[in-house]
Amino acid sequence: MINFLTALINGLSSGGTYAIIAIGYTMVYGIAKMLNFAHGDIIMVGGYAMFSTLMLTGHPIPALAVAIVFCVILGVCVERFAYRPLRGASPLAVLITAIGVSMLLQSLAQVVFGTAPKMPTQLQIAGAVNIGALSINKSTILTLSVTVVLMVVLTLFVKRSKIGRAMVAVSEDRGAAQLMGINTNAIIAITFGIGSALAAVAAYLMLMKAPSLTSTLGAMPGIKAFTAAVIGGIGSIPGAMLGGILLGVIECLALSVPILAPFTEAIEFAVLIVILLVKPAGLLGKARREKV
Amino acid sequence: MSNNHDIVLKTEHLSIQFGGLRAVDDVNLEIKKGELYGLIGPNGAGKTTFFNLLTGVYKPTSGRIFHNGKNITGRSPIEINRGGIARTFQNIRLFKNLTAIENVMVGLANGIPCNVAESIFRLPRHKKSEKEFYERALALLKVFQLDEYKDYLAANLPYGKQRKLEIARAMATNPTLLLLDEPAAGMNPSETQELMDDIAFVRREFGITILLIEHDMRLVSGICEKLTVLNFGTELAKGDTAEVLADPAVIKAYLGD
Repeated sequence: MINFLTALINGLSSGGTYAIIAIGYTMVYGIAKMLNFAHGDIIMVGGYAMFSTLMLTGHPIPALAVAIVFCVILGVCVERFAYRPLRGASPLAVLITAIGVSMLLQSLAQVVFGTAPKMPTQLQIAGAVNIGALSINKSTILTLSVTVVLMVVLTLFVKRSKIGRAMVAVSEDRGAAQLMGINTNAIIAITFGIGSALAAVAAYLMLMKAPSLTSTLGAMPGIKAFTAAVIGGIGSIPGAMLGGILLGVIECLALSVPILAPFTEAIEFAVLIVILLVKPAGLLGKARREKV
Repeated sequence: MSNNHDIVLKTEHLSIQFGGLRAVDDVNLEIKKGELYGLIGPNGAGKTTFFNLLTGVYKPTSGRIFHNGKNITGRSPIEINRGGIARTFQNIRLFKNLTAIENVMVGLANGIPCNVAESIFRLPRHKKSEKEFYERALALLKVFQLDEYKDYLAANLPYGKQRKLEIARAMATNPTLLLLDEPAAGMNPSETQELMDDIAFVRREFGITILLIEHDMRLVSGICEKLTVLNFGTELAKGDTAEVLADPAVIKAYLGD
């Protein structure tokens, strides 16, 4: 029972990290109608930005701040110079460009920082809190709280602000939104900015748990978060949250059972396949009925 | 070239060509301030294409467009909307997953500086401007008797109300010229009558100029003062409504020989 509870809490926490990354995928997909496969690499760049700041200052807080600012600038620049010129081009051209950006960022990181893993151990938070027989790592608690706060803030932002409403408008009908005077390019840039800021936070949460930084830091979490976004229904923000947490919980539960542990990733992706067979649009996605 | 400031919209030799098809061909239009002008013509005559040219969705192949004396040819849809031209669509294009009042608030928000940090952290100024928006949107909904539906998702409104909401959303962008693309399409006679009253009311109340595309002849002859008839992209006739509708060439284009 204690094992189960521990796995569940760990799952909620790592699911929270997936959710934060998945929101970046899903918002960009919903608003710019493209899959930004370089999103995972923004996490990695955030990690290196943090590592570099740590070398200079030694404190995690300025490192996080620098990483957020750097990732926002990078995300907006990638949109401006790599994706915006392709607006209106075929989705495949945009997709291949995104993969190109991803490779570019990974290679640049290898050139600048080398291939040996960096260890930003200052980010680690040691210690655990004991509740009865249950022992929860402090880092897990921090991850959970950060996730909850970010999700609440983001939901309020999208539901209750001018920019949030404009985002929904652009995602529903870009042409009509333009004709209502909404600057769609600015809205798309803001979306990339928000997604990239979340990626920087995700980098912090990941390195806090396992301080090992390479140029592929964002690759696997990126794919898993993308899976989470699809499970939840890509384009839906609550869907990305649900999908991320679901995936994290499944992962940690599978890892806690010795027989299943080696098959953890197979189980996660099998869940994706099953969910897509039953609900092709994802858990909270809207089924699109094609009109004949 | 008269640069009379009474003229809200003027097109000069406006044309657009798609491949070998001249969808709009040498159309010259002049609409005076406060006029209610109708654009009619058989299906495929180029009416909606003409609207798309006026709102910057398409760039004309040749010709020029003037709005309040300013040359707006080739401007982007955003600039044109902010310059005071708003429109509705033939196939309703509301933001379906926003509520009625949110749709209007989207229209209101344009051009007003917004600050990401302010709205994320929900600072007092953000709250104040949100409240102000809400009040203004509600007032606009009242004009169209939609206030009781304010919290309905646009997708769930009855068809006639959706059409009205689209006009309300367009009015929220504070236009001097309103373009209505078949506002009565799919409406029953009593809804059409209500819509005619609303259009007349909006014109009086906001003192704006209206250009509308319409197939419903009762609506056209009931409220439009002047008409242009398009056929195969070219002007078939234009002038006072009664005269144009009596023109044998117009009757022929609509009814055949």
